Amino acid sequence: MGTTAAVLLWTLGVLALACGVLVFTLNSMARVTFALLASLVCVGGVVTVLGLPYLGVVIVLMMAMEMVIMAVFMIAYMMNPAGLTPMSMLHNKRGALAISGVVFAALTSAVFVVPWPDRPRLRSKDTTVQVGMSLMGDQMLTMVTLGFVLLATMVGATVLATNRGRYDRFGDDLDQRPARDPAGGGVGR
Amino acid sequence: MTFELLLFLAAGLFSIGLFGALSQQSIVMIMMGIELMIGGIIVAAADFWHFLAPTGSGQVVIVAAVVAMAVEMAMGFAVTTAIYRARQVDMTDMAEDLKG
Repeated sequence: MGTTAAVLLWTLGVLALACGVLVFTLNSMARVTFALLASLVCVGGVVTVLGLPYLGVVIVLMMAMEMVIMAVFMIAYMMNPAGLTPMSMLHNKRGALAISGVVFAALTSAVFVVPWPDRPRLRSKDTTVQVGMSLMGDQMLTMVTLGFVLLATMVGATVLATNRGRYDRFGDDLDQRPARDPAGGGVGR
Repeated sequence: MTFELLLFLAAGLFSIGLFGALSQQSIVMIMMGIELMIGGIIVAAADFWHFLAPTGSGQVVIVAAVVAMAVEMAMGFAVTTAIYRARQVDMTDMAEDLKG
């Protein structure tokens, strides 16, 4: 790994951590959302610098879209969206700090104590082809499973987020006429 | 040493996210904590791919983590919408009916 790549990794890593801390310390919901976006964009940058440009760009694009949607939800559902007054929406802060501190200590000690195996130097020149061949080859079952998971998510999220569906309008057997609507339609209503 | 430092970064992101997921009352903020935790997992997976196992299967781990992130976000927003529509609730402490 060259010097430029190492400097980039350091910078992105420190920025990712700093923005991660800001997510839970800022007051404004909009700023919190963009701090999380910055942190996860840095994660995408780290992945790119490590030699996986395709996945890195996917992560950055996905996070940009997700956080824009999340900003709308944050401002819609939460009080104090502009952060004009300090706020704290925490419960059991000490317990959470203790648990996360213990987890961090355990993970860090494992990182430096575990005797990691020798590091291979041979890497594929085209990592995009590599992941594509893997997903369409020996990892096809994983790909199919992920596809079904995403499909189930789309169906489940739509069902949960829909206010009134056809069963609300037409009854359990879909045979109720006229439909049970909050306001009648048509002429003379 | 870069390998260990990147794992250190991953552990940091995971722990910050864990703190948020455990301590926040708002459902959306809990989702943010989980996002950070998965971000840490992605960094660790990319680190393992680069230094230990530069195979296609190693990249698939990252793909799976990214999909988990998308699923978590979509279902989180849907659940938030459903519970807010039903009860005007957006905090976990107001939805503790099943608490023992």
